[in-house]
Amino acid sequence: MTAPFYPHDHDLSGLIACPRCDVLHRSEELADGQRAKCTRCGTVLMWPRKNAFLHVVSLSFTGMILMIGAIFFPFLEISTRGLSHESSIFGVAMAFSDGFLAPLAFAVLTMIVALPIFRFVALIYTLWPLANGRPAYRHAATTFRLVQELQPWAMAEIFIIGTAVALVKIGGLATVSLGPAFWAFCVLIIVIALKNSFVSDWTIWNAIGRK
Amino acid sequence: MNALTATDAGLVGCTRCGRVWPKDEGHCARCGAHLQAVDRHRLQAVWAWWIAGMIFYIPANLLPMLVTTTLGNAQKNTIVGGAIELWKHHNYGVAMIIFGASIMIPVGKFIAVAYLAVSVGNESRQGGKPHLHMLEVVEFIGRWSMIDVFVVAILSALVQLGFVASIHPGPAAASFALSVAFTMLSAQSFDPRLIWRGPDRERK
Ligand SMILES: [Zn+2]
Ligand SMILES: [Zn+2]
Repeated sequence: MTAPFYPHDHDLSGLIACPRCDVLHRSEELADGQRAKCTRCGTVLMWPRKNAFLHVVSLSFTGMILMIGAIFFPFLEISTRGLSHESSIFGVAMAFSDGFLAPLAFAVLTMIVALPIFRFVALIYTLWPLANGRPAYRHAATTFRLVQELQPWAMAEIFIIGTAVALVKIGGLATVSLGPAFWAFCVLIIVIALKNSFVSDWTIWNAIGRK
Repeated sequence: MNALTATDAGLVGCTRCGRVWPKDEGHCARCGAHLQAVDRHRLQAVWAWWIAGMIFYIPANLLPMLVTTTLGNAQKNTIVGGAIELWKHHNYGVAMIIFGASIMIPVGKFIAVAYLAVSVGNESRQGGKPHLHMLEVVEFIGRWSMIDVFVVAILSALVQLGFVASIHPGPAAASFALSVAFTMLSAQSFDPRLIWRGPDRERK
């Protein structure tokens, strides 16, 4: 565990200020799987896991492939009384493309496709050299900071639950068949959740900062 | 337990990466984030986004969210109207998801963020935990309100069967999306470190 800090320590690089309550802690080497929590508010400060960087890189790569597949394959197809209509993920965002809703089409595409892809690519860029024990590439800090700041706006998992709701809403009206893009998206959600479980901010920041 | 904070030690902690710097440093040299002292004046940003979110939430509920045309008859549904429609068709589960995501979560968020902002400086130092938990719930659950926007997008993209049935998005989709985005920004601008600075700290 990290002990609370008292002022006689002057080396600032060994300190962590809890981002949620400001309490100072001394950072320590943790064993694999151990978690260090803030002594006051309980926020997890560090949770290093073995080969975490390599896992994040390979999961991000998988996620990127799935997302690219999801863009190009059919997403959903509806049919009733001999009529049918098909939509891709891209088509879903383009539902808002008429008139003054057009910016919303752009926003939806950003939240469900562009931001998840950006985060995958940026994580690979940041962690690939670190996973191989080499120093970080240029601008790795900015890249990783963007990864974190954009996290709330990447909404792939919310989108897939939205799909489920839409399917129930269509319900009796017509038959809907699920395309490969739908399944790719479902797997993507699991990949994202797994990947997030390997990201320990402090550990990554430390590795980026080490020249 | 009264642990020592970065502010007490005359330092400033980076809220992005946790690195600690001398008080007068402007940017974190490790992650590049702007270093922000714990300052209740930052609540102005919380309130500004909160008000913006509220302003867009009103038309989001009054204007139609979905325009459904079946066999030549156009039907306009607001968010609540859509949920009631689902309920009438015995889709209770989905009606509740839509009602929860579009009404209960946004309203609950407005109340929770306002409560957190108003009570800054009035919590006891030990009493911070419930407030932090409330903020975490707001941050976690707030994004899920966007679900209705995606439902509208999927329905409008898919249900394009000419004369038989077609669905188009209504203007409420845009104002609802903006309202969700603004309330997310409001919650994000709330500095949780303020929670722990009880009345005794403010006077100093
Ligand atoms: Zn803390
Ligand atoms: Zn930093």
